[in-house]
Amino acid sequence: MTDVLAPPAGPARTRRPSGGPFRLSTASGIGLGIGLVWFSILVLLPLAAVVGAAAAGGWSAFAGTLTDPQTFAALRLTVVEAVLVTVVNAVIGTVVAWVLVRDDFVGKRLLDVVIDIPFALPTIVAGLVLLSLYGPDSPVGFNIVNTRTGIFLALLFVTLPFVVRTVQPVLLEIEVEAEEAAASLGASRFTTFRRVILPSLVPAITAGSSLGFARAISEFGSLVLISGNTPYRTEVASLKILKFLEGDNQAGAAAVAVLLLLVAVVVIVGLDILSRRVARRG
Amino acid sequence: MAEVKEIRQHKSAVTYLLRFFVIGYLFVLVVWPLSEVVQRTFAPVEPDAAGGFGAFLERLQDPSVTYAFGLTITCAFWAVLINTVFGLGISLLLVRYDFPGRRILSVLIDLPMSVSPVVVGLALVLAYSSGSGWFGEGLESVGIFIIGSTPGMVMATAFVSLPLVIREIIPVLEEIGTDSELAASSLGANAWQTFRRITLPSIKWALAYGVVLSLARSLGEFGAVKIVSPGAEFRGETATLLIQNRYTNYDESSAYAAAFVLVLAAVLALVVVTFIRRPEDRT
Amino acid sequence: MSIEISGINKSYGDFVALQDINVSLPTGQLTALLGPSGGGKSTLLRIIAGLDTADSGTITIEGSDATALPPQKRNVGFVFQHYAVFKHMTVAKNVAFGLEIRKRPKAEVTRRVQELLELVHLAQFSHRLPSQLSGGQRQRLALARALAVEPTVLLLDEPFGALDAQVRKELRDWLRRLHDEVNVTTVFVTHDQEEALEVADEIVVINQGRVEQIGTPDQLYDEPANDFVMGFLGEVTTLGGKLIRPHDVEITVMPQHDDAIQGVVSRSLRVGFEARVHVLTDDGEEVSVVLTRSHARHLGLEAGQAVWVRPEPGALAVPSLRAVTA
Repeated sequence: MTDVLAPPAGPARTRRPSGGPFRLSTASGIGLGIGLVWFSILVLLPLAAVVGAAAAGGWSAFAGTLTDPQTFAALRLTVVEAVLVTVVNAVIGTVVAWVLVRDDFVGKRLLDVVIDIPFALPTIVAGLVLLSLYGPDSPVGFNIVNTRTGIFLALLFVTLPFVVRTVQPVLLEIEVEAEEAAASLGASRFTTFRRVILPSLVPAITAGSSLGFARAISEFGSLVLISGNTPYRTEVASLKILKFLEGDNQAGAAAVAVLLLLVAVVVIVGLDILSRRVARRG
Repeated sequence: MAEVKEIRQHKSAVTYLLRFFVIGYLFVLVVWPLSEVVQRTFAPVEPDAAGGFGAFLERLQDPSVTYAFGLTITCAFWAVLINTVFGLGISLLLVRYDFPGRRILSVLIDLPMSVSPVVVGLALVLAYSSGSGWFGEGLESVGIFIIGSTPGMVMATAFVSLPLVIREIIPVLEEIGTDSELAASSLGANAWQTFRRITLPSIKWALAYGVVLSLARSLGEFGAVKIVSPGAEFRGETATLLIQNRYTNYDESSAYAAAFVLVLAAVLALVVVTFIRRPEDRT
Repeated sequence: MSIEISGINKSYGDFVALQDINVSLPTGQLTALLGPSGGGKSTLLRIIAGLDTADSGTITIEGSDATALPPQKRNVGFVFQHYAVFKHMTVAKNVAFGLEIRKRPKAEVTRRVQELLELVHLAQFSHRLPSQLSGGQRQRLALARALAVEPTVLLLDEPFGALDAQVRKELRDWLRRLHDEVNVTTVFVTHDQEEALEVADEIVVINQGRVEQIGTPDQLYDEPANDFVMGFLGEVTTLGGKLIRPHDVEITVMPQHDDAIQGVVSRSLRVGFEARVHVLTDDGEEVSVVLTRSHARHLGLEAGQAVWVRPEPGALAVPSLRAVTA
């Protein structure tokens, strides 16, 4: 099974190796110092600048920006679309993973590669790909430009691999004996799936869904061409940030950005806790 | 015995229903639209646009298009180089050494992948733009301009692909453990020799995998670059920005031509990555 | 008869896993399927449970033909080598699973689970997850789960194979006592002849897809049907072209009997309370002899010593026809 270009099952994790870890020596200490300086310049300081800019005007300015009807509508649309896409992915992603692992037919390997395509494509190209079939002068007569359906479809496209690729390896590792045990205890195939297989997939489905949700909330590139960016109707959070920035309202952009940042942090920390808990359950 | 257990071989109507559904879903969502892109690249629907492979190549040879791809490659090259060096160093430190804040750092390292590209761009602007950034004025006084120039675009590209190398190397480093490294140093190898002759050979496939992933991600970066780049023709317009600009300016055929090249690059990356995975699977 | 196996054949491609197997297992008996790995005994057990299907032949359970029944309808309890407990369920939930599938009333389920957990000494762990149990405890849990549905037969596939030697021995004794208490028809697969001899009422020796012999432990040990069974059930050596147990070889330093064969001690070593002597006979046979340490010391056996060996009177000897694989 290839998990090409796909999100790994949760963030990279460091377990303590049996031989180490060692104390820092002078050389490795300097290396760590340089690494941290670069990481700060590239990532930490700029992100701190976002939080700083959002906080600069005080709480009332921050809250004022977010409760502005137009901004609020964009945030609500973003969350609603992300939730819908996440629910659909949790179900369909699991089904796709199931078929890829358990079924066997000609062309299955090809299908496995198809899963990775949305992730390998640049986001702007992903948008263009959908528009070529479902855009203006669509050969199937179905134009999604400037509709909420279009946003939904774009998000569905770019988040396709998350649940599939987190569930697939777990499904592969489920012992056949557990299913045989359930069968000899009288459980039908459906009951076995519901009571034995599905519960062991829940952590993976949760992890994949969280990653997908975070991606859907923050998606930008694939929506640029599709969402018409109409206030109250098809404007999403990331495009709202761009609009603020183009209007030279950096505080407004930062306020929305802080929210997106918060979602990202919550998801990452949540996954860290989840993966540790699963590791403990064995 | 290696045969598939009977309990999993059983095929019912549900099996075929699910199979049919999954194939249909992936076809409608991915395969069909993708084939339509290929179609439009070589047979544009615009009334006055020429079709065929020759016309496709001609569009790519337009100076503004070659400039855009050149800039994309420049940004990707530097971003991948920086991420590889940084990723190798940080991975070794995180796995092999203990220091305060180690776990926080390992969680923070993942952050760039989950942050919206727009937020990345905004963050870099708020930190380094000469007009309003925290460090903008200081940098301007020594003649360094980051936002609106290539260094800013390299930083934006490096930011979004930062964890890719690290994510691939860390699990392998953990798996190989420290035994052979300790053995090598007990035989008199210095730190550099140990790294080059013991550690590097065992992580080379993971490293290659991470590099290809970073490269693919860097070539396709759009959102973060869009915000820190001036984004005009011959001035900071990368391939992805060009696609957006041409599409919105009713030059669809150029947009599709450039997009097709990026699709090819993505597929190539997929293929390369599959081949890199192979030798690893065999062990 | 509780289980009637007749004419079972099973192949995987070119590989013949089982060939014309006919076995009857009486109600309430504890039977061991004994044989080397890959000999087909696990396949037979899985066919009885309905987890695999035979190419031909029939399985009758309690008088009714079960050949075409799916595993769900056979009412057998199956215990796997690697436990196959449901990892996400508590100990109590694991045991309750089969009862809940059968939609038994809640009160009955609770009572029965409690009974079974007491039977397998896991009552105090009922709210734990399997990952918090040791290997031996997990296997007892798997056993309780299988027994909960009051199966017609209990099938165990190398149940102690994944456990360490100490626990394996304990569980083996415990299984025997449990069987005497519950008295359910039980079949267990093992490749460990000691385990089979100690626990089973009856042993079915299976090798290369065929039944070699069926009998009580004593019958098998004392009257092996062939050299394979003899070799598999205990240590053997060759003397005068016949298989014989090393402790059945009489060794003397003087030619006392006409039928004794002369040889030279090639090696002598002490293993705990016994002595193990290798004799190279004049016929070129390497005979291994086991005797008590004091006997060996009395004879003064050392390398190079000339000796005479012969089967003890009444000793079991089987013609050596094929290579012994044990």
